[in-house]
Amino acid sequence: MGKVVVVTSGKGGVGKTTSTAALGAAVAKTGKKVALVDFDVGLRNLDLIMGAERRVVFDLVNVIQGQAKLSQALIRDKRVETLFLLPASQTRDKDALTEEGVGEVIDKLRSVFDYVFCDSPAGIERGAQLAMRFADEAVIVTNPEVSSVRDSDRIIGLLDARTLRAEQGEQIAKHVLVTRYDAARASRGEMLSIDDVLEILSVPLLGIIPESQDVLRASNLGSPVTLSEPLNAAARAYLDAARRLEGEELPVIVPFERKGFLDRLLGRRAA
Amino acid sequence: MNLLDIFKRRSSAPVARERLQVLLAYERRNRSQPDLVSILREEIMAVIAKHVQIDQDYLQVSMDRGETMSTLEIDIQIPNKSAVPMAMAG
Repeated sequence: MGKVVVVTSGKGGVGKTTSTAALGAAVAKTGKKVALVDFDVGLRNLDLIMGAERRVVFDLVNVIQGQAKLSQALIRDKRVETLFLLPASQTRDKDALTEEGVGEVIDKLRSVFDYVFCDSPAGIERGAQLAMRFADEAVIVTNPEVSSVRDSDRIIGLLDARTLRAEQGEQIAKHVLVTRYDAARASRGEMLSIDDVLEILSVPLLGIIPESQDVLRASNLGSPVTLSEPLNAAARAYLDAARRLEGEELPVIVPFERKGFLDRLLGRRAA
Repeated sequence: MNLLDIFKRRSSAPVARERLQVLLAYERRNRSQPDLVSILREEIMAVIAKHVQIDQDYLQVSMDRGETMSTLEIDIQIPNKSAVPMAMAG
């Protein structure tokens, strides 16, 4: 039985989709079978970040409504053969998802894959609640910024109240993934520090992803940063986070951007 | 802007942390009593409905939370039978 991990945040634009792609690809690279499910019905983007936007034929709503089989809707990644994507529908509205339908799809995925990553839409409404509903674990993506931390706290409350596990009196394992972290600004007291975030949310840390231009570059190219530039600071942080998610105990270090003399002189140029 | 201002501007993170701690302590407390106002509203409505027939719109329940004490304001308008159209208008 595979593990179902929801990647959620409450707030939009903090890096849920990027993190789903990067973590999923990192786990799949180790040979595990991984499915990434986009729950952002109406505003799908995981296909774009994964570089599979032109290969989408069927989607999650088609599967739930019986218009396509799950095997027809799953898109196999061209780089990692154990990595699959189940895209969201672009045209339907979010009410097209039913709890029963989502439950059936998740159950099937769980029986075939080692990991099922559910990329949650922003907000705390129905779509976000369905994305977390059947999860065993949650990755809460947080920026070191007041509104993001507040929304994460809200999401933690929902995870403890509205997931199937919580309703059955079981624990849902929660992890905080701090993204877009700028160690220099934090040390100058301009940005909430990791300790601040952890103390406020009281959820264990999965990893710290430094602010990095290479993440944007990877999105531009349609490749998770853990596949396209595995030596980059952000990619290394995601790879470590993925190992922690699999239960390994690794010390969390704040990864730094290696900048050569020329990089500093010219500034980093995007591709 | 003097030197002290520059120094003050730099450490905004402790302010952020403190504001969050105060806010979240408050929000978490309220989370455990899910939407108290709407529960009260429904139950008050049920009690009144036993004796007088009123419309949902005639009952206003609001909670004003203060530091040491909160105020619950309940505003019920009961239209007089003879003057229903007037009450509706007002």
